[in-house]
Amino acid sequence: MNGPTTLYDKIWESHLVDARDDGTCLLYIDRHLVHEVTSPQAFEGLRNTKRSVRRPDLTLAVADHNVPTSDRSIGIEDEESRIQIETLDQNCADFGVELYDMHDIRQGICHVIGPEQGFTLPGTTMVCGDSHTATHGAFGCLAFGIGTSEVEHVLATQTMIQTKAKNMRVTVEGELPVGVTAKDMILAIIGEIGTAGGTGCVVEFAGEAVRSLSVEGRMTMCNMTIEAGARAGLIAPDEKTFEYLKGRPKSPKGFTWEASVECWKTLKTDNDASFDIEVTLQGGDIIPQVTWGTSPEDVLPITERVPHPADETDPNRRNKMERSLEYMGLEPGLPLKEIRIDRMFIGSCTNSRIEDLRAAAQVADGRKVADHVSAMVVPGSGLVKEQAEQEGLDKVFIEAGFDWREPGCSMCLGMNADKLEPGERSASTSNRNFEGRQGPGGRTHLLSPAMAAAAAIKGYLTDVRDLGVD
Amino acid sequence: MQKFDKLTAVAAPLPIINVDTDMIIPARFLKTIKRTGLGKSLFYTLRFDENGNEREDFVLNKTAYKNAEILVAGDNFGCGSSREHAPWALEDFGIRCVISSSFADIFYNNSFKNGILLIKLPQEDVDKLMEGAERGSNSTITVDLDAQKVTGPDGDVIEFDIDPYKKHCLLNGLDDIGLTMQKEGKIHAFEERLKVTQPWA
Ligand code: SF4
Repeated sequence: MNGPTTLYDKIWESHLVDARDDGTCLLYIDRHLVHEVTSPQAFEGLRNTKRSVRRPDLTLAVADHNVPTSDRSIGIEDEESRIQIETLDQNCADFGVELYDMHDIRQGICHVIGPEQGFTLPGTTMVCGDSHTATHGAFGCLAFGIGTSEVEHVLATQTMIQTKAKNMRVTVEGELPVGVTAKDMILAIIGEIGTAGGTGCVVEFAGEAVRSLSVEGRMTMCNMTIEAGARAGLIAPDEKTFEYLKGRPKSPKGFTWEASVECWKTLKTDNDASFDIEVTLQGGDIIPQVTWGTSPEDVLPITERVPHPADETDPNRRNKMERSLEYMGLEPGLPLKEIRIDRMFIGSCTNSRIEDLRAAAQVADGRKVADHVSAMVVPGSGLVKEQAEQEGLDKVFIEAGFDWREPGCSMCLGMNADKLEPGERSASTSNRNFEGRQGPGGRTHLLSPAMAAAAAIKGYLTDVRDLGVD
Repeated sequence: MQKFDKLTAVAAPLPIINVDTDMIIPARFLKTIKRTGLGKSLFYTLRFDENGNEREDFVLNKTAYKNAEILVAGDNFGCGSSREHAPWALEDFGIRCVISSSFADIFYNNSFKNGILLIKLPQEDVDKLMEGAERGSNSTITVDLDAQKVTGPDGDVIEFDIDPYKKHCLLNGLDDIGLTMQKEGKIHAFEERLKVTQPWA
């Protein structure tokens, strides 16, 4: 490539194995995360065709979607879940893939453990049969969510077939106000560009507000890039990234570490590179966000009211809005702060890392969960859980009336026993408020960990800033 | 993979935007280690009530659309989760083609790997076909992949664009893993290069 290039262009170029004239490319994949829900049919495919896993050393498996978050010593009651997890164990054993099973302290949500183990590295390509693979973009790693056929393709060939995406940049300038987090920033971006706003694009996040985020906050942002329809999200690595990765079990060591950091420092978009789409927001304008509907783009500042479908001019959107409000059981015009919740969930690959738990614990400290609310905290991994316990966060939560659980996807998608009952309303730090996402008939409001804890305490969606917490 | 060349079939209208893959198949039906048998869970919440009875008002439950093989859908179809169970459920149910003004990227790829043709058209064309589809079982749509043409119930022809590689694989029912494995030499050479340039990767 001649001329100035973007971070995405650079990683793409450096991983091209082959390119056809029609634009179809073969891209080398450096890292592959595997979990129990989207892999069984891929391994079955390998067996049927007598193929092997080409690079087991670049593949890491974990059980996360289906695992119970209660006492694990009694095993898994649900037969289908148990079979799926046993199948993963068997497949990993048969094909020589490293696995963190549900009794391993390193077990957790795949997108939490990848970075935690130093499996995720800048300038690499990563895939996983899960749409939130975008999370790893926070390290300047080009990471794609893929389907099961593609999982099989990567297992067999360590490559994937792709065409080049468009370059999009979202810049958030200035500083975020007190009480406003990475989650609020990404929700505000999705509100601005819509759930199809990034379709066909790789989105790079830039600007002072993004740079000032911790690596964990950056993961929260990149995680939800898929909710804006994008193929991947990216943030250029910097000193914070290197600091985070240094000394992790799978990070490079010694001389190789020095060499890799030197190389990673060059991973950034050239000054005069051009983007197909550019969007700019002012960080100072962002207010804590909550969703009111059944798509992540149905989002507003907590200070607003449930919108009126009559104000929507596009008939398709108006239809969708009416449908959402009916499903959510909400009347137009109701202040968002008057929405009463039944459940609260802190967890998921968006917000279950140590900083998220600290932010929520700070709000919970010395307070009590409202009588009518049941609240659960699900750490992203066994190691996050361990660290939180060392810091005494578990005690803060338990004393405040939160349920402290074992790591996994849990009520983010309700595949295990953790789910909403029909009609129940939750304040949730996860990433999707689709109809039935947290259980059939369940109603989800997405928000940040601090906002979720505040909602649990008040019993209503609440502006965390009103509780005087920073 | 099933080949796709030409299809003349009833098209069911689904004028909802942002149909996500949780809607196409809810998470509780993903606890399977097979690809087959998912058709019965397709659009589960839209199709069935709390007691498991068919909802009369849902399009695929109406007599006119029981045999629909084409869906005409709202914008941003297939967004959300990467679950390939969504195209597996569509295929198992008998849907071979979906027409919309846009599709989410992962769902798009997944569908082609399962012999389902997705056709992206400008909104006006989708609106026209939606209107045609609403007329029920007497108005069929014809899709010709080789010619890249959709013929509406009134005989009006709309051309569509498609990635040539995806078209080739779908027309011939090709397994792309086999095709990629023929490039083993290139993959191996790439790995050798990587060992030198980025030994940590
Ligand atoms: S936490 Fe939720 S979004 Fe993340 S991987 Fe698990 S199910 Fe998917």
